[in-house]
Amino acid sequence: MKKTFFQLVCIGMVSLSVFSCGSKDEEVVNIYTHRHYAADQELFSRFTELTGIKVNVVNASADELIQKLELEGANSPADILITVDAGRLHRAEEKGLFQPFESEIIERNIPAKFRDPENYWTGLTYRARIIAYSKDRVNPEDLSTYEDLASDKWKGKILTRSSENIYNQSLLASIIAANGSEVAEEWASAVLANMARDPKGSDRDQVKAVAAGEGDLAIVNTYYIGLMLNDENPEETKAAEQIAIFFPNQDDRGTHINISGVGIARYAPNKENAIKLIEYLSEEEAQSILANLNYEFPINDRVAKVPLHEAWGEFKTDDINLSILGENNQEAVEIFDRVGWK
Amino acid sequence: MEKINLKYYWWNRWTGFALVIVVLVTIPILTLITNIFGPPGSSWGHLKENLLYDYFINTLALLAGVAFCTFLLGVSTAWIISSYNFPGRRYFEWLLILPLGFPGYIMAYTYTGLLDYAGPIQSILRNSFGITVQGGIIDIMNLPGAIFILSVSLYPYVYLLARSSFLQQSKTLQEAAALLENSRVRTFFKIALPMARPAIVGGIALASMEVLNDYGVVKYFGVNTFTTGIFRSWFSMGDSSTAIYLAAILMLIVFAVLFLENLQRGERQYTSRSTLNKPIERSQLSKIGQWSLTAICVCILSVSFLIPLVQILYWVFLTYHKVINEEFFILIYRSFSLALISGIVIVILSVILLYALRLNPSKWVKGITKLAILGYAIPGAVVAIGIMIPVLGLDKFLARHLSADGIGLWLTGSLSVVVFAYVVRFMAVGYQPIESGFQKTGIHINEASRLLGAGTSKTLFKVDLPLIKSSLFTGILLVFVDVLKELPLTLILRPFNYHTLATKTFDMATNEMVAESANPALVIILTGIVPIIFLNKMIRMRQV
Repeated sequence: MKKTFFQLVCIGMVSLSVFSCGSKDEEVVNIYTHRHYAADQELFSRFTELTGIKVNVVNASADELIQKLELEGANSPADILITVDAGRLHRAEEKGLFQPFESEIIERNIPAKFRDPENYWTGLTYRARIIAYSKDRVNPEDLSTYEDLASDKWKGKILTRSSENIYNQSLLASIIAANGSEVAEEWASAVLANMARDPKGSDRDQVKAVAAGEGDLAIVNTYYIGLMLNDENPEETKAAEQIAIFFPNQDDRGTHINISGVGIARYAPNKENAIKLIEYLSEEEAQSILANLNYEFPINDRVAKVPLHEAWGEFKTDDINLSILGENNQEAVEIFDRVGWK
Repeated sequence: MEKINLKYYWWNRWTGFALVIVVLVTIPILTLITNIFGPPGSSWGHLKENLLYDYFINTLALLAGVAFCTFLLGVSTAWIISSYNFPGRRYFEWLLILPLGFPGYIMAYTYTGLLDYAGPIQSILRNSFGITVQGGIIDIMNLPGAIFILSVSLYPYVYLLARSSFLQQSKTLQEAAALLENSRVRTFFKIALPMARPAIVGGIALASMEVLNDYGVVKYFGVNTFTTGIFRSWFSMGDSSTAIYLAAILMLIVFAVLFLENLQRGERQYTSRSTLNKPIERSQLSKIGQWSLTAICVCILSVSFLIPLVQILYWVFLTYHKVINEEFFILIYRSFSLALISGIVIVILSVILLYALRLNPSKWVKGITKLAILGYAIPGAVVAIGIMIPVLGLDKFLARHLSADGIGLWLTGSLSVVVFAYVVRFMAVGYQPIESGFQKTGIHINEASRLLGAGTSKTLFKVDLPLIKSSLFTGILLVFVDVLKELPLTLILRPFNYHTLATKTFDMATNEMVAESANPALVIILTGIVPIIFLNKMIRMRQV
């Protein structure tokens, strides 16, 4: 009994301790992704159907993924890193975690403004950070810009999530780029003072809080509205129906957008497969799925518009170089900490 | 003829093994202590100025709040269970322990969902009664909310220890008190409570350790503590030096709490005495009195267990078709196998430690075995950081000297590191039942066997181990459940693409899939309940 017991334990330990690579027979592509949407699984299955390449997915936050890539170095099995924010893409590039790639298909499908000028990364979808306002209590004529949110008339009416979240950090990064650090810090401080409650919860929670009357304006991402309007839980839909959205800064630089994007890992073992996957994701079929299932704006402008997006209409986007969102990230975080925007 | 030697060796191979184990297990603590003297990270200055104060205040507030609430909940329930007869008392005796199987972070998501705008309570109020709850009234995502959740899930620690103490208190003492005092209530405050003080404080200390360890609840509710700071520095800012500083500070707070607890305990131990005591005769109250006690228990049980459980079951019912698939079973398999192997490893190591102690009960061996179980007091995040650093160093060293392509990072991100971390953290959990098992069986049979010529190893396997079979099993079971529930350490150290039930629950809940997260959560809760029923049987058996 003692012998088999020890044998079992030894086998167990050995099998656990080896950081194994997959078999090299089949074609694979290994993805490190921060995206956590159901639509992705469907896309990957479809890709495997079309090309026979198996897709291995690892989910974690972009920060963890970037750290792991750094630690793994040349031995990393990752081919692709997908993030939900341009800032993190830029950070990965700065740390030398990406390699440039070229593809005619990608260049044809994706406008240059959504791609890194040096080809280290590309966007796959984009989303706008807009103001969701209560239909009953707010006159849209009163809304204009992000900067206007700092004015006194919105005292006790603004709702948004914690500064820990990258979406708010990137928004502040864009404001730093447009108006400078000092003005940005004043802005953050004033908006914090205008908040109806401490920043907390998810973007959806902000919409629900508006519906509950806790505040009048919520700063949220566009696709959450789409998701809420089509949620299984009718209460979520009812909440979302009580708000309308407004695209700030239309007379100005345009509404702040961010991308969900992808880069190829520097030591990618399956670079060709990685490029094929990115090409697939940029084509109409995949873009259409992303738009229809997840309500993100497709980057491929040949894709037919989703009814919800049609209803929202065209809007002007802030076309600053998305790398700047990453460059200003550290400062944005520090500003948030200094003004006490938790 | 073989030389028979019953002499207690100053040094034998068992002591050697024990020493090796202890050294390995204290590596994280030593790493942290040595790293404090290094230069701080780049974001330390900014953090010190803007966030450190918050971390301190929030941590202290949590500790104080939870200590107070668990005291109230635990002592009151322990007293009424041990002193009064009322309908359902027999069942509540162990039912009240159940919240221990419900991890705090799961309770956090569940209550948030329950009280949320789109959740059942507000929806019913709106749809059936036309009441829209003014936002902020039932908002629990804040510090008081965190205190509530943690108290409600940790009070069983205080309940268990206080109950144990109350039940053991000599009846004669109580009768003497009853003669001198007229009221039961005064007996409680003047006699029972002070006598139970070490047990109660011990329970509160245990709960406090868990509070300091928590990451899931405070993160979800947006309460900034040292642990969230550690995660933020380590991951978001990529500043490991600052993370180490924070981990070291947290460790100091832990030691402070332990020191205080030890101080007030003095020389007393609160392990069960073997002297026979007449059990307390439970008093009878009026019907109203009895039923009100039942009502209290029902209330506490509902809030701390039943209501969240129902919400979890509802969510599972809604979403199981989306979640229960092949991937889910792989998740369960991985989680269970990791927990099982950790349990077995810890039990083996505990046996070695305790056997070394048995063969050589000298002061220094006692001392080093105490060190080995210290890890239980150290928060999971701190252990993880303390292990990551030497492991990374070792990996880089190996990579340089072996430098074969394709080996990859041998240790970092492998499961053996995770198991090692679990050993450091949960050694005490396996150690304690085996220690009491060894105590119960006594040294004499072991000595008899060796007197007859069997060596120490043979005696261990043929005599001691079979005698403490049930303790071994209990040890594996308790470690199994603790590992299954563990969150912060696993989040930091887990290999890529390897989720446990706990990390998956956390991942889903923080990615706005709270209903789906109820599925892995339910598995955790169900496995957590099993040892509780066991534990209760064990405690009953210890009492006369």
